[in-house]
Amino acid sequence: MSRPMQVSRYWRHFREKYRLIGGKCENGHVFFPYRGVCPVCGSKNVEEYEFSGRGKVLTWTIVRNPPSGFEYYKPYPLALVQLEEGPVVLAQLTDVDPEEIHEGMEVEAVTRKVREFEEDGIILYAYKFRPVLK
Amino acid sequence: MKKAVIIGAGMTPVGEHWKLSLRDLAVEALLKAMDDAGVDKVDSLYVGNMVSGPFVEQENLGALIADWAGLGNIPAVKIEAACASGGAAVQEGVKAVLSGLEDVVAVVGVEKMTDAWPSDATRYLAYAADAEWELFHGASFVALNALIMRHYMKTYGYTEEDLALFAVNAHANGAKNPYAMFKRPIKVETVLKSPYIADPLKLFDASPVCDGAAAVIITTPEKAEELGVPKEKWVEVAGMARAIDTINLANREDLLTLKAAKIAAEKAYKMAGVEPKDIDFFEVHDAFTVMAALSLEALGVAKKGEGAKLAKEGQIAIDADYPIQTMGGLKARGHPVGATGVYQTVEAVLQLRGEAPNQVPDAEVGLTQNIGGTGSNITVSIFRRV
Repeated sequence: MSRPMQVSRYWRHFREKYRLIGGKCENGHVFFPYRGVCPVCGSKNVEEYEFSGRGKVLTWTIVRNPPSGFEYYKPYPLALVQLEEGPVVLAQLTDVDPEEIHEGMEVEAVTRKVREFEEDGIILYAYKFRPVLK
Repeated sequence: MKKAVIIGAGMTPVGEHWKLSLRDLAVEALLKAMDDAGVDKVDSLYVGNMVSGPFVEQENLGALIADWAGLGNIPAVKIEAACASGGAAVQEGVKAVLSGLEDVVAVVGVEKMTDAWPSDATRYLAYAADAEWELFHGASFVALNALIMRHYMKTYGYTEEDLALFAVNAHANGAKNPYAMFKRPIKVETVLKSPYIADPLKLFDASPVCDGAAAVIITTPEKAEELGVPKEKWVEVAGMARAIDTINLANREDLLTLKAAKIAAEKAYKMAGVEPKDIDFFEVHDAFTVMAALSLEALGVAKKGEGAKLAKEGQIAIDADYPIQTMGGLKARGHPVGATGVYQTVEAVLQLRGEAPNQVPDAEVGLTQNIGGTGSNITVSIFRRV
């Protein structure tokens, strides 16, 4: 059973995982997560770009045999969500009846607990997506 | 340009080897291959392996296996490219021979997976995905493939039944392979009735967690002659290439194109001077049924979106136009991840020597395609009867 040795490994990504910050290059390409080199054109002139968090389910599954560390949550829905700005992001779906999940479902990002590391371990939070509240 | 030929091949049966360790398996396959080639020493060793560290707390496999096989103080390293580690190790071995730096090279692929708890095995396999942006969110490897499978079915109008045909074909062939893990045929219903592990992907859409090792000996035709290896045993490495794609599935340009396979295949075909129609059999990477379909499309055997149609039309059986998985594929032979690419190579060698249990009549050219990650690291190799 793997344990997190360094909290720093997780706080490095707070901007992406709490605020959905990706990148935008000088040529206007937006991408998620943030990286210093644009994955589309290779430009190294990249700025932070905050996504709205709204998008649509592109494809989804129900994880029934999770990797160790996620047993407590099973079964849980996992999806590729296409953000309204274009990029696709992988995340769990939350606050949803699995029967209602469908391709094209409109969703929005919310911050949720993703994982706990045993009794004395750290707790990881990040974005999950829920159906858009009417 | 120099040529490379495979002059020896060996493997262990794939299965749950409770009594054998990683080193036992690797040494057994390696010594069998050396015995098959009739050589008692090699210039170097390349080990294809994916995740020995987490699975059995062992890295530095080059030293471990060369030492335990009694190969002396030769250079030996582990090659890692996720589930394509075996295919990559074979290609590195070929490169060493083609460079002229090494004359006789041994390649062994090995993986020991059953010493771990199942949920830990699921975690270790997901190390081939993007740790921060996929595994962090609880994505297993199966789940990532399930996302692709649903999208494939939805986009092209296929059913779970259509994709099950790939598993049925693999089992029909594996039933006759003494080295396969599953030696029994199955029906479409068997696949459909198996439980969902990540909807719509079912247990029988997936290859098993297992143990195994396979090995080949590579040299030049000149050296093979000098060593006195009979020509019937030679199999030429006619073409090979590999390419990568985004490690994170979400960042793919197109979820349903194995771009890395496409690029590698085009290069390998060109190097070998052949086209898909010239290939007599294909060992594709069917870790999941949908991957078999996408592979056929990337290799130019089927048009985009028509990979599964090939299975429906019965074109993938041994006696059809495009036989695939002649030894059972990853689904029935088994998928000891880092060893798989070497198993595929050994199987291609047996087919081209005319020694395969499911022999494709007069097979002259065969292709192996080995996928790492969800298509992020792919090798394609083409072999020809000498």
